[in-house]
Amino acid sequence: MIVTFRLNGEQVNARVAGPASLLDVLRDELGMYGPKEACSQGECGSCSIVLDGEVVCSCLVLAADAEGSEVTTVEGVSQGGLNAIQEAMLREGAVQCGFCTPGIVVAASKLFETHPRPTRIEIKEALAGNICRCTGYGAIIRALESVAGGEA
Amino acid sequence: MVEVNFGRRRPETVVGLRRVAELKEWEGNRIGAAVTWRRVEREGPGAYAQAARTVGSPQIRNAGTIGGNLGTASPAGDGHPFLAAVDASIEVASATGRRLVPWNEFFVGPKRSSLQQGELITAVVLPERLPERHGFGKVGVRNAMVISTVCAVVTRDHDGRTTVALGSVGPTVLRVPAAEEMISAESNPSEADLAEFARLVSEGVRPITDHRSTEQYRRHAAGVLARRLLERCLR
Ligand SMILES: Cc1cc2nc3c(=O)[nH]c(=O)nc-3n(C[C@H](O)[C@H](O)[C@H](O)COP(=O)(O)OP(=O)(O)OC[C@H]3O[C@@H](n4cnc5c(N)ncnc54)[C@H](O)[C@@H]3O)c2cc1C
Ligand code: FES
Ligand code: FES
Repeated sequence: MIVTFRLNGEQVNARVAGPASLLDVLRDELGMYGPKEACSQGECGSCSIVLDGEVVCSCLVLAADAEGSEVTTVEGVSQGGLNAIQEAMLREGAVQCGFCTPGIVVAASKLFETHPRPTRIEIKEALAGNICRCTGYGAIIRALESVAGGEA
Repeated sequence: MVEVNFGRRRPETVVGLRRVAELKEWEGNRIGAAVTWRRVEREGPGAYAQAARTVGSPQIRNAGTIGGNLGTASPAGDGHPFLAAVDASIEVASATGRRLVPWNEFFVGPKRSSLQQGELITAVVLPERLPERHGFGKVGVRNAMVISTVCAVVTRDHDGRTTVALGSVGPTVLRVPAAEEMISAESNPSEADLAEFARLVSEGVRPITDHRSTEQYRRHAAGVLARRLLERCLR
């Protein structure tokens, strides 16, 4: 079947086979390689996207269910250069292998959209669904706190 | 989706429910099956909202629905203790009609419900009036993204009537009538009454030992958790 939705502001039509996940369709049909696949079971958050205004794991979304929806990937949160979160993560060295980074950027960008001045606890809660196997989170939290503190 | 991603299931036909607006309706005590944990966390009654807040992660709560929690019928489902503690019903529909299934007839075993072929969960129906105080608690190995070792809801009404429902400590969510009867009779429970309540809860649950915990630990934790929740209701 063909599924039509808006991807980072543009209308797209994607070929969807049976129960394919939205993550597979984004990567394999639409060449959108920002969302990563690590666990395929909702545990790691590396596939995080914004679907109709809420951050979700695209590996758990039935692609057919995306019909008519609005999808934003990391490519879409940073159109026109890096956003403040990405700049801060670079500055703090919050990226090592980078596999978790797109998901973290998506989840954090959504957090700052609704809470421009999140506390440390709010930052940690917002990232509870994003696993990073490299950094130990310290640099990521520091980067986001610097954005929250207006240093960016 | 997880089972599909891992090739454990290859369904030929799938039914996408995300865009069925009717299932997202929430009117008073009738909550549509496609209502997400995120919404329950923000708009639900006390103990149900507390349970919602512990489900998975923000991503999981934004997508996961109360209908999906029931469809899975996991003994560890965090939404079940509230439904059991307030005697909620599950509304189920098929091409031929709708029926209301009391919670204790809905759950029949681990990951098994009485849902029939061709039936869809359409809503959760809470009683018209909820008990005055209620609280949810969960014991797990960390704060986020954790399947309950024990989860529980205790309710206490103005007349002292108390209910306690626990998950992850039996084949389905369960109530402990002996503990409920004993404590409901005490209008101002003493230290000894609280200890007896905890003992009866530990005695009344039916946990197993598995990769997540042992029978003994779950039994102990169930009593401690239920007592703490009761103490919060009494405060
Ligand atoms: C990483 C992760 C963490 C999780 N953490 C928790 C947790 O902490 N606590 C907890 O309780 N659960 C947890 N879950 C389990 C689950 O995600 C939630 O219970 C959620 O509510 C499922 O909802 P869903 O809409 O995604 O259901 P789906 O996954 O879409 O469906 C689950 C099952 O229910 C059936 N179903 C769905 N809707 C209906 C309906 N309306 N009528 C009939 N059948 C239906 C489906 O066919 C399927 O068999 C977790 C899951 C993941 C992946
Ligand atoms: S790949 Fe989707 S959460 Fe890990
Ligand atoms: S930088 Fe490697 S997983 Fe986060």
